[in-house]
Amino acid sequence: MDKVLGVKNLSKVYGPGCASCFELTGPEHDTNICPNCRSVVAAHDVSFDLYKGEILGIMGESGSGKSTAVKCLYFDHEPSSGRATFFDEGRQYDLFNLNAAQQRRLANHRFGMVYQNPHLGLNFDITAGGNIAERLLMSEVDNFSEIRGRATSLLSRTEVLPERMDELPKNFSGGMQQRVQIAKALVTNPPLLFLDEVTTGLDLSVQAAILDLIMEIQQEKDTAMIVVTHDLGVIRLLAGRTLVMKYGRVIESGLTDQILEDPQHAYTQRLVASAL
Amino acid sequence: MNEIPILRVEGYSKHFELHEQGKIIPSSCDVNLNVYSGRLTALIGPTGAGKSTVLKGIYRTYLSTSGRLLYRTVSGHEVDLAQADEHSILELRRTEIGFVTQFLHALPRQATEDVVAQPLFQKGMGRSEARDIAHKMLAAMNLPERLWGISPATFSGGEKQRVNLARGLVSHPRLLLLDEPTASLDPKTTERVVRLIEDLKNDGVAMLAIFHHPDLVERMADDVVELEPPLSIEKVLKEIA
Amino acid sequence: MSASYPFGFLNEYAKKEVRRSTLKAVAIPGYQVPYSSREMPMGRGFGTGGLQLTLSLLGKGETLKVIDQGSDDSVNAVNLRSFIEMTCEGINTTTKTDEADFIQSRHRIPETALREDQLIVLQVPYPDPLVVVEPSEDKRKILHGEADYSRLLVKLYEDIVKFDEITISHRYPTRINGHYVIDPSPIPRWDVPKLNQSKALILLGAGREKKIYAVPPYTKAEPLAFEDVPFRVENFSDENGQRRSCQRCGCTSSFLDEFVDSKTGKKVYQCSDSDWCDAQGSASVAEGRTPGATDEYPPTNIEQVVVANG
Repeated sequence: MDKVLGVKNLSKVYGPGCASCFELTGPEHDTNICPNCRSVVAAHDVSFDLYKGEILGIMGESGSGKSTAVKCLYFDHEPSSGRATFFDEGRQYDLFNLNAAQQRRLANHRFGMVYQNPHLGLNFDITAGGNIAERLLMSEVDNFSEIRGRATSLLSRTEVLPERMDELPKNFSGGMQQRVQIAKALVTNPPLLFLDEVTTGLDLSVQAAILDLIMEIQQEKDTAMIVVTHDLGVIRLLAGRTLVMKYGRVIESGLTDQILEDPQHAYTQRLVASAL
Repeated sequence: MNEIPILRVEGYSKHFELHEQGKIIPSSCDVNLNVYSGRLTALIGPTGAGKSTVLKGIYRTYLSTSGRLLYRTVSGHEVDLAQADEHSILELRRTEIGFVTQFLHALPRQATEDVVAQPLFQKGMGRSEARDIAHKMLAAMNLPERLWGISPATFSGGEKQRVNLARGLVSHPRLLLLDEPTASLDPKTTERVVRLIEDLKNDGVAMLAIFHHPDLVERMADDVVELEPPLSIEKVLKEIA
Repeated sequence: MSASYPFGFLNEYAKKEVRRSTLKAVAIPGYQVPYSSREMPMGRGFGTGGLQLTLSLLGKGETLKVIDQGSDDSVNAVNLRSFIEMTCEGINTTTKTDEADFIQSRHRIPETALREDQLIVLQVPYPDPLVVVEPSEDKRKILHGEADYSRLLVKLYEDIVKFDEITISHRYPTRINGHYVIDPSPIPRWDVPKLNQSKALILLGAGREKKIYAVPPYTKAEPLAFEDVPFRVENFSDENGQRRSCQRCGCTSSFLDEFVDSKTGKKVYQCSDSDWCDAQGSASVAEGRTPGATDEYPPTNIEQVVVANG
């Protein structure tokens, strides 16, 4: 199987940091704030591999650090330490050692990102179609009809009515904004897609539709995905493997059905038992 | 008939450690069995003996506490399912090992025909070809055609079970695990399922099954393995120590 | 002229800085070179950027032409020309394009094709075409550095969606030498093809915004467009599809200004380039030449497709 991403010992500390930050934080200490220097250890020692066509779930409650790793991989934040290697078309990229221009190039051409907050992923000053066109224009497509055609087909694929593609996103419902985001993330056919709490806050029926869409896309295009969520239902439906995080640490990882039916760690057991 | 077993379970034991309650729940205990291509091995024993646990352990839904689950892959290698890495397990689940459980897990809006065709989609088969096969299987299960295009979420228990079975059988695995496959079915449909299982046997599929009715065990099983209820907690703890 | 001002009004250090910035601009076609724009004895917005270039580069014995919207007679052109004459002793001035070594212009490039021994300075209000899509200068610099003009192109996309064509009329974003996209100053689309493979050096100066940039001679200058929606210049056809002509000289191949005749109240059209108009008129009288026949600008590889309806 083809490996797409290898992450080793990713850590992210907000604040000055000190020698005892890691010892004094984590699930055993029930905190991710270092009592010594008040730094926040958002994530520590996160490692995982992701293969082509696979969906990896990262599950945890608020403050678990589940979004942190993804934000570092998409270059929104810089990690404090760790390595991430991206494998693509026979080449390897040491993500955290690329310069800003190289990172932007990868993020634009080879990654897709869907945020929980559509304002982070969409440009609200341009139309839905324009948002998708923008991503194509960044990858040097310069034929108007082709751009228009691809934007239209992707939006209809994500069930946004074509009549609405020339409207501004602020006129759309939350679910539709998410669908435009997904269309925008997919337009460059990225081999790696990050989904950060994409259905949180949406109505259940809308959630279902979006989860369906994500599954179909994964089957059609064999995209490798990382799905960050606190919702066990989403994890069960989408992810083949899951990491469970608490206070910045990965406390358990394994096949999703095994994590949900035979959780080993006390916290995971509590989490699973609490699911409605 | 093949004398080399496709699956060898050696000394498989499983107990659950519930941290919050501070309890250890014993389940399967020292299970030994073989499964052969083209033959069905039935697991029998009282409730609580850990029959489902054995199936789940093989499928890796449960982690083993001890023992080996040696599976011979299509390439002839023997792999211990209890120790194999997650990617290998996912690949085996996709191509070689199937599991028909008692619960139907499907995406909220997926049409029944797609739920059943899913394993074929994942193997890369074209959509319409996969759906054709799914239709045949659903027809064999006696599920009315008017239900094929809608989501199984609102189906009765028996209908859901038929969808589940259809999905499990359609991808033609080398090893098929069946957990009370006919529990919610009427006699007519049960008969159809029995015949389908016979067909699979003839095709060389190896099966490990739990049946709720002794008659079915009588009819379908080539080998029978009886499980005993778990040892008491003290004995379990002695085993772990 | 008071003896306390040096030649060209600006002191030598100021002129040196402008010249160095200009060299850098020519060396990196289309790149906006920041410079310390000096306070001039006229308000910003009246051509102080172009003026500083002229004062720093013009030499004794050279011939200067100053135009504003194509005309040598407009108030601004007259004032600038007087100021330069006053501060640069020993220069000549002219209204004839082909007699000038040095042309300073606001918002037009002359109709007469420029030669290798000529130089033109354009007055620029806003140098950065990205300013409409990105308010932060830091981020704009990164976008320029990576030649990421996708947000500008999206604006063109949205124009085409709304109006079936790109509606930018002047300040048309143009890519220089395959990398930097410039705002070519408020010249009409008509003049944009003249930037491509120009024989003369084209300098652009923004005084208020403190930037100098250049389109060197024989450099590619491609107006932004799509493969299937190409760049188009203005159309001067009337309702019957007839190309309008200048009411003064009869030319049918120049950029025309439209204004209302104060006596008749009717719309009339006249060459924007006053020197060109004069030349057409006198040429046809003196030599029996057909108005409009002249030397052309070097052939471009940009299609100059005339728009069907305005």
